[in-house]
Amino acid sequence: MLVSIYRYNPDTDEKPFMQDVDVQLPEDKDLMVLDVLELAKQQDPSVVYRRSCREGVCGSDGMNINGNNGLACITPMSSAVKPGGKLVLRPLPGLPVIRDLVVDMSIFYKQYEKIKPYLINDTAPPVIERLQSPEEREKLDGLYECILCACCSTNCPSFWWNPDKFIGPAGLLQAYRFLADSRDTADVERLAGLDDPFSVFRCRGIMNCVAVCPKGLNPTRAIGHIRSMLIQQGT
Amino acid sequence: MVTNVTNLGRSGLYDWIVQRFSAIILAAYSLCILANFVMNPDMDFQTWSSIFEGNAMRFFSLITLFALCAHAWIGMWTVSTDYLTSLQLGESATFFRIMFQAGCVLLIAVYLLWGIQIFWGN
Repeated sequence: MLVSIYRYNPDTDEKPFMQDVDVQLPEDKDLMVLDVLELAKQQDPSVVYRRSCREGVCGSDGMNINGNNGLACITPMSSAVKPGGKLVLRPLPGLPVIRDLVVDMSIFYKQYEKIKPYLINDTAPPVIERLQSPEEREKLDGLYECILCACCSTNCPSFWWNPDKFIGPAGLLQAYRFLADSRDTADVERLAGLDDPFSVFRCRGIMNCVAVCPKGLNPTRAIGHIRSMLIQQGT
Repeated sequence: MVTNVTNLGRSGLYDWIVQRFSAIILAAYSLCILANFVMNPDMDFQTWSSIFEGNAMRFFSLITLFALCAHAWIGMWTVSTDYLTSLQLGESATFFRIMFQAGCVLLIAVYLLWGIQIFWGN
């Protein structure tokens, strides 16, 4: 099977190019894309990509697989490539390429940092821990599972256009994760930091983020909740 | 918080609400005009101009005109800050964006004044 891989080494290449590698796949197994990439790397060890846990937990092997962002380690070949087709691997779109499939995620983390991704609570801490009821804890389901792989934000046109101003779906999902947390007391200041024309309101409801999230999360819904909270507070 | 001085209300929420409310007004006005066409199948200029003679229709038209201007500015401002950025145009982006925004403001102001003259002039 042909695997087409985006190649770019800024030290030696003038511009990026696609390299085709012919990989022999076992007929009786549905390999993951990462396995196929590993086989390709055996043929050309100079191919560079990130990978770590190989089970969809660390989020390091996010890449563009045949046009869709996803985690290579949990994307089966049967769902990525049509029968007889070619596997095309590119880096996550919209971020600067460091080399081959490795992108510079600084701006993604900068946006994440902006939303203050930690509990803020100025009240005196209890002796053991801050308790939550099961109902309060339930509100965090679908939010805390984000692994920051950046598949959603780098598939969002608004993030491509304004990566320095729009927080992006991943950051906003986490912003709502703390807004929804009963132990956090900084709702007012968190919302004040989001009430500008870019941070939240650049979301156009395109929902690419929902379509590609490897964990099945729904950042668009979280953004809607943030908008509702802003309306409640601001009107 | 991202600061800016050229959007309509300085606040994302304000612009978002204005855009939605103005859209409702524009939709209502469009339906009103459409209903007039349906109720007057033999529409001629006399009938058309008589529709706009009443004060109620004049006020509705004026409110719609303001809504259109606000809606247009929020939309065009958003388009300009999506596409005319340094990522697309490099260092000259600010110049082109401000020129584009100034052009939009001028055009919207002309349409507003012209519209008022049409609806309220003799």
